[in-house]
Amino acid sequence: MQSAIAVRQLTKKYEEGATGTLALRGVDLDAHAGELLMLMGPSGSGKTTLLSIMGCILTATSGSVQIAGREVVGLSEKQLPALRLEHIGFVFQGFNLFPTLTAGENVELMLDLKGISAVRAKKRAQELLEQVGLGRKYNSFPADLSGGQKQRVAIARALAGDPRIILADEPTAALDSHTGRNVMEMMSDLAHKRDRAVVIVTHDSRVLNFADRIVRIEDGAIASPEEAQVPPGLLAHNLPQAAVGLV
Amino acid sequence: MPPLAQRNLFHDKVRLTVTLTGIVFSVVLIVVQLGLFLGFTTATSNLIDHSGADLWITSKNVPYVEQGVAFSERKLYQVRAVPGVADAQKIIARWTQWKRHDGGQESVQIVGINVDDAIERPWNLVEGRVEDLKSPDAVILDELYKQKLGVSHVGEVFEIGGYRARVVGFTRGIRSFTTSPYVFTSFKNAQDFVSLREDQTMFILVKVAPGADVQQVRRDLLDHVKDVDVLTTAQFSRMTTFYWMFTTGAGVAVLIAAVLGLVVGFVVVAQTIYATTMDHIREFGTLKAMGAPNSYVYKVIMKQAAISAVIGYVLGMIVSVFVVQGSQKGGAAILMPAPMAVGMFFLTLTMCVGAALVSINKVTRIDPAMVFKG
Repeated sequence: MQSAIAVRQLTKKYEEGATGTLALRGVDLDAHAGELLMLMGPSGSGKTTLLSIMGCILTATSGSVQIAGREVVGLSEKQLPALRLEHIGFVFQGFNLFPTLTAGENVELMLDLKGISAVRAKKRAQELLEQVGLGRKYNSFPADLSGGQKQRVAIARALAGDPRIILADEPTAALDSHTGRNVMEMMSDLAHKRDRAVVIVTHDSRVLNFADRIVRIEDGAIASPEEAQVPPGLLAHNLPQAAVGLV
Repeated sequence: MPPLAQRNLFHDKVRLTVTLTGIVFSVVLIVVQLGLFLGFTTATSNLIDHSGADLWITSKNVPYVEQGVAFSERKLYQVRAVPGVADAQKIIARWTQWKRHDGGQESVQIVGINVDDAIERPWNLVEGRVEDLKSPDAVILDELYKQKLGVSHVGEVFEIGGYRARVVGFTRGIRSFTTSPYVFTSFKNAQDFVSLREDQTMFILVKVAPGADVQQVRRDLLDHVKDVDVLTTAQFSRMTTFYWMFTTGAGVAVLIAAVLGLVVGFVVVAQTIYATTMDHIREFGTLKAMGAPNSYVYKVIMKQAAISAVIGYVLGMIVSVFVVQGSQKGGAAILMPAPMAVGMFFLTLTMCVGAALVSINKVTRIDPAMVFKG
């Protein structure tokens, strides 16, 4: 079965002054449809850099990244946005909603990027907000929403593009445990019920039991290589306690 | 497209106020500085531009109108004999002293004309008639200089160059570039006021016959009249303006102020628009992460800049109109002709969009990690 994302021998070097910093050192990783993959590791370990490259926001120094079977390393800056738009949805730690747009308009914006007409976009945005339980908050501005509601709007926005891959960076970090759990249930449903590949970078040990697989990154490399390319057939929806203990 | 640009602008009222204040300030600053420059430039050649003549005949090498040199009035008859000359009149333009009632003296520039002729008449009269200048001691001056010359009403009598002068009328808006106001009078009076001999004049103004070629008449005049320069009105106007604006400190100062006004205006607008864009840099980063092509982000930024420009321009022009109107009563006129007002719109738009381009450069270099930071 083809991986939704396949990363091979990925390196990333940030050029700073004469020396430079090697943020990723030969990373191999697969993410599959129907799987919720968590990336964990200490600050500065390279998790966000890896997520950025997997999301086609940052370019790799060397190696290979395939999104839905298509090699993205070497693509031009002009080609990458279209790739993101087609395949990837983002959920951010700080929600990254547009504060001047209503919840509905935030979702509409994604649909507009996809070239959907204003009338259809409005209808679809309403449906998506209803799916995340915020149908009545269409005209609310982000400032008037709770943290959990904002994250749910962000998830609705990410889904608006109908991506096969959802990349989330610390989606529960700014939420209390109850709200965080609700958000994780939603992410889990995306993976298991809607067959999306969901990759989450997190420090939050409260959400580990939602992971199908946990990959630990240290100093720019995979600390648990045996977990990095597990075939989909071997995925378990709840990790054994030993795996959790790795984190 | 959801109204992101409009919302970004109007959502934060304080930021909007700051942005618009910056643009309005720049628009007013540029209008004032360019308007002053235009006002001064126009004032330098006012007398020439309003003469109604096609050609000016001066002594050799007269660089500007205030520097006229007397020559024999017999040349007037030689001029009238040249084919293509429909009308020719002698005029005087020379500095002399005006004595106020309090004994103080002011420098004035006497303009002596043929009252019966249409060439070089005082314009914009608000009190009195040009024909009143036929009286032996009659003068007309601009109401702007009433206080300077100690004049309060028509009929008052003063002394010019030791001769009696009676005010018979006022004009409005005839400014002199120098500190010496124009005082219109008859040619005969002017000869007395500036102590010019009866057989002398300082300029001859020529109106060419309908259908005649001005350049051909000019060449013919040069052939037939010796020891004079023959200049088209436009030529002499340019020479006079050039002298005052570029060979004197005053003109250069006004020019530098105008250029500085443009530079400062652009910098203020650039800084304002840049700051407005940077306020939303994270959102633009999110847009890009979502898959928006650069063109989509540019469109939002440009739209923001264009809306700011239009509102800032309208408000700026409202303020400018008041400033321009206020200046009409002062010594230094700020001019804002229609082409300048239209040009200001495009300049404001260019400044705002140009500043947005600077911030776009920044947006294209957004660190992607920024999007992932909480």
